[in-house]
Amino acid sequence: MDTATAAPRVDYLENGHTWQSWLLTRDHKRIALLYLFGVTFFFAVGGLFALMVRLELLTPLGDLFEAETYNKLFTMHGVAMVFFFLIPAVPAVLGNFLVPIMIGAKDLAFPRVNLLSWYVYMVGGLFTMGAVILGGVDTGWTFYTPYSTAASNTHVIMTGLGVFISGFSSILTGFNFIVTIHKMRAPGMTWFRLPLFIWAHYATALIMILGTPVVAIAIVLVALERTLHIGIFDPTLGGDPVLYQHLFWFYSHPAVYVMVLPAMGVISELIAAGARKEIFGYKFVAFSSLGIALIGFFVWGHHMYVSSQSIFAGLIFSVLTYLVAVPSAVKVFNWTATLYKGSISYDAPMIYAFGFLGLFLIGGLTGLFLGAMGLDVHVHDTYFVVAHFHYVMVGGTIMAYLGGLHYWWPKISGRLYPEGWARFAALVIFVGFNLTFFPQFLLGYMGMPRRYHMYPEEWQVLNVLSTAGASILGTGYLLPMIYFTWSWRKGPKATANPWGATGLEWTIPSPPPTENFIETPIVTAPAYDYAHQEEHVA
Amino acid sequence: MFNIPLFPEQASGFAGRVDNLYFFITAVTAFFAVLVVVLVFVFATKYRRRHADQVGVPVHGALALEITWTLIPLVLAMVMFVWGASVYFALAKPPSDTMEIYTVGKRWMWKFQHVTGQREINELHVPVNKPVKLIIGSEDVIHSVYVPAFRVKMDAVPGRTTTLWFTATKPGRYHLFCTEYCGMKHSGMVGWVTVMEPQAFQTWLAGGPASGNMLEAGQKLFTDLACVTCHRDDSGGRGPSLKGLFGTTVRLQTGASVKADENYLRESIMSPQAKIVEGYQPLMPTFQGLVSEEQLMQLLAYIKSIGPTGTAAPTATTAAPAGQPAAQPAAAGAPATP
Repeated sequence: MDTATAAPRVDYLENGHTWQSWLLTRDHKRIALLYLFGVTFFFAVGGLFALMVRLELLTPLGDLFEAETYNKLFTMHGVAMVFFFLIPAVPAVLGNFLVPIMIGAKDLAFPRVNLLSWYVYMVGGLFTMGAVILGGVDTGWTFYTPYSTAASNTHVIMTGLGVFISGFSSILTGFNFIVTIHKMRAPGMTWFRLPLFIWAHYATALIMILGTPVVAIAIVLVALERTLHIGIFDPTLGGDPVLYQHLFWFYSHPAVYVMVLPAMGVISELIAAGARKEIFGYKFVAFSSLGIALIGFFVWGHHMYVSSQSIFAGLIFSVLTYLVAVPSAVKVFNWTATLYKGSISYDAPMIYAFGFLGLFLIGGLTGLFLGAMGLDVHVHDTYFVVAHFHYVMVGGTIMAYLGGLHYWWPKISGRLYPEGWARFAALVIFVGFNLTFFPQFLLGYMGMPRRYHMYPEEWQVLNVLSTAGASILGTGYLLPMIYFTWSWRKGPKATANPWGATGLEWTIPSPPPTENFIETPIVTAPAYDYAHQEEHVA
Repeated sequence: MFNIPLFPEQASGFAGRVDNLYFFITAVTAFFAVLVVVLVFVFATKYRRRHADQVGVPVHGALALEITWTLIPLVLAMVMFVWGASVYFALAKPPSDTMEIYTVGKRWMWKFQHVTGQREINELHVPVNKPVKLIIGSEDVIHSVYVPAFRVKMDAVPGRTTTLWFTATKPGRYHLFCTEYCGMKHSGMVGWVTVMEPQAFQTWLAGGPASGNMLEAGQKLFTDLACVTCHRDDSGGRGPSLKGLFGTTVRLQTGASVKADENYLRESIMSPQAKIVEGYQPLMPTFQGLVSEEQLMQLLAYIKSIGPTGTAAPTATTAAPAGQPAAQPAAAGAPATP
C-alpha cells in the first residue's frame, strides 16, 4: 500500500488512473471491479448463446441451426454461465468488495493472492473462449463420459482446461475469505455480530475449497482418458462411465450452493436494510448456511436415480436431499418474518429482494418434486429440471446479484442510478423470467427432454411462450447494464449512507478510501441494530 | 397447433401412482408458496415505510416459531421421501412373469429384439395389460429410454445391463425418447411405443419379419464361441455349469456371494476375471470385442433359458429342483477341475 498511505482519504477510484494501477492493484475493491468486468463479459456471452437456443426452439423442426451447432450452443451457454458467471458472480464481485469492509478490515488477508485469482479466472476464461472460437464443444456443461471421452470430436480438453484453471481461482478466493474472516475481524466484531452476508460467504468458501479439487480431478481424468485411454471410465478397459457422474456431481451439486448461498447472504442484507430491522432468527439463518454447505456435500446421487445406481444409494441420497431442503425453507420463513413490523422500503434493491423471494420460492419448492425418487424418474433430464435449476440459479442468484449490485452501487461507484428505471427493470426481469421458465415446468412434466434440437409439434405453443419470455428477460438484463454505465460517469453523487442502513460499509465514504478505514473501527453492537442506530451514529 | 396439451397421457400402471405423488407435492408446495407470498404482500403493505427515517420495531426472533417452521417442513419432506421411495421400489422391482424385450441403444437409434425373434428399430410393439421388461444395453455412449406416457425412464449404460419395466394400460401410440444426451442426433433418437390388444399383438408377432428365435441364436453362439466346451451341462466342465444359474446366488472364490442377474452374466462374459466362482480356476478368456451388444443379449436370453427344466440341450443329470442354488453343484464339482 505504498501509494495509498501517501495521501489519506483518496478514494479508491481516484488512486491511480493508469492501466497498471488497475491491472497490478492489490486493492480488493479494484479487484472486485476487475471481476465485475469479467463476469459481465461472460454473462453477455452466455446470454447470447441462450438467446440462440431459444430462437431455435421457436419451431419444432431444427431449422435455424444444424444439430451440431445447436448442441454446441447449449453446451457453451451452460459452461459460460455456470463456471464463469454464476460461480464467481456474487463472491468474487460483491464478496471481494464487501467482505473486508463488513468486518472492519483494510483488505483481504492475501491481497496478491486475490489479484492472482482474477488472473487465473481470466486465463481459464481465455482457454474456454479459445475453444469456442476454434469451433466449440458439444458435450453439455456436464461433460458426461463416455461421450466426452470417446465420442465427441469437439474441443473438450481445451474447454475442460479452462474450467480446470478457473477452478483454482475459486479455491484461492475461498481460501482468502476463510483466513480473512477468521483473522481480520475488527475489535468487537464477534462471530455473532457478523453480517449474515459474511456467514454465507464463509460457508461458500468452505465448499469452494473442499469441492473444487474434485471437479478438477474429474476433468483431468476426462482429459487423460481422451488422450491416453487410461480406462478409468471405459468399460471395455474395465472402467466405469458412471464413476464420472459421481465425481462430477460431488462438486457440481455443492456448486449450486456456491451460487445460491452468497445470494442468500445478499438477500439477508437487502431485507434487513429494506425493513430497517434485524433479521428474524439471526442465528438460525447463520447456521442454516453452514447446514446447507455441509449436507449439500452428500446429496449428489440425486442426479443419478436412473443411472443404474443402487436402490440403497438412491434412498440415502433422497433422504439427505429432503434434509437439505429444510434449512432453505427456514431461511425463507425468517426473511418473511423479518418484514413483520418493519419499515419496508420499495427502493430498487428491495424490489429485487422481493423478486428473489418469489423466484427462489418456486425454484426451491420444485426441488421437492425432484427429490422424490419415483417422481424424479419421470422428470429427470426433462425441461422440468431445466426450469427448476434456472429458477434457483438464475431466478435466485441473478436476482440477488442484481439486487446487491443496486444496493451497494452507491458505495462501489460513489454515484446513484435512476431509481425509476431500476424498479422498472426489476419488474421486467421478474415477468420475463416467469414467462420464460414457467412453461418449461409444463413441458417437462409432459416429457420434453432437455438438450433437444427438435421436438414434437404439440409442444410448440409453450416453447413460443418461453422464447417470448426470454426476449423480455434479455431486455430486462440490458437495462441495468445501460443505466449503471450511465451512472458510472454521470449519476448524481451518493452520500456515505444513502439507505440509512447499518453495517460498517455505510460508515465510510462513498466510494471508500483505498484503505477502507482510516482508523480501525471498534464494533460495539450486533449487526442490523436499527433500534439503536441513532445512538451509534450520533 | 391450437390443441395445447398441458398434461401427459396416463398409459401405464405407474402413471397414476406417479401423478398422485405429483399432485400431492404440488398441493403442499402451492400452499407454502401462497402462504409466503401472501405474508410478504401483507407485511410489505401494512408496514411500508411512512417517513424517511422510520426504523422497524426490533423483534429478535422466537424459538417456538423457529422450531415450528423447521419441524413442519421436515415432517412433510419425510412424507414425500417415503412416498417417492415407495413408487421407486415399484419401478425397480419387476414381477416375475414379465415379457422380456432386449433393448440396445446406439447412436442414434433404439434396437429392440423380442425373444421370439422380431427385431424393431425405433418402434416397439407391446401388448396391453401385460408386464413388459426391457433389458437394456448400449453399444457406445450413455443413452436413456424414456416413455413419458408410462412415467418410466432408465439409462442405457455401456458395460452394464439395466432393466426397466411397465404394464401398458391403454392401447395407442406413445412417444419414446432418448433422454441422456448422446451427441449430434440426440433429438432424433426417438420413436414410438405401440400398445396393442393381446390379439392384435399376437397377429403382429406372427406377421413380423422374425429373424430367428433369440434363444436359438443364443444357443448357436454358445456353441460357435465354444462356451459349451467348458460350461457343460454336467458338473465336470472346466467352468461351472450354467444350468438353472440365473436368479440364484453364486459363491465366489473370495468368499463373497453374488446374485446371478443379467449384469453378473454380462460381466462374466466380458470381464471373466472379475468374479471367479468358488472352486474354479480363472481360465476363461474375455469376449470383449468378440460379441456385439446384440449377440450378448442373445447369449443372456439363452443362458437365462437353460433352467433345470429348460429348453436347452437334453441332459442326463438330475438337476437340482428349481430354486435351489445352482452354485452348490458347481462347488461340489470343484475337485474335477484341472
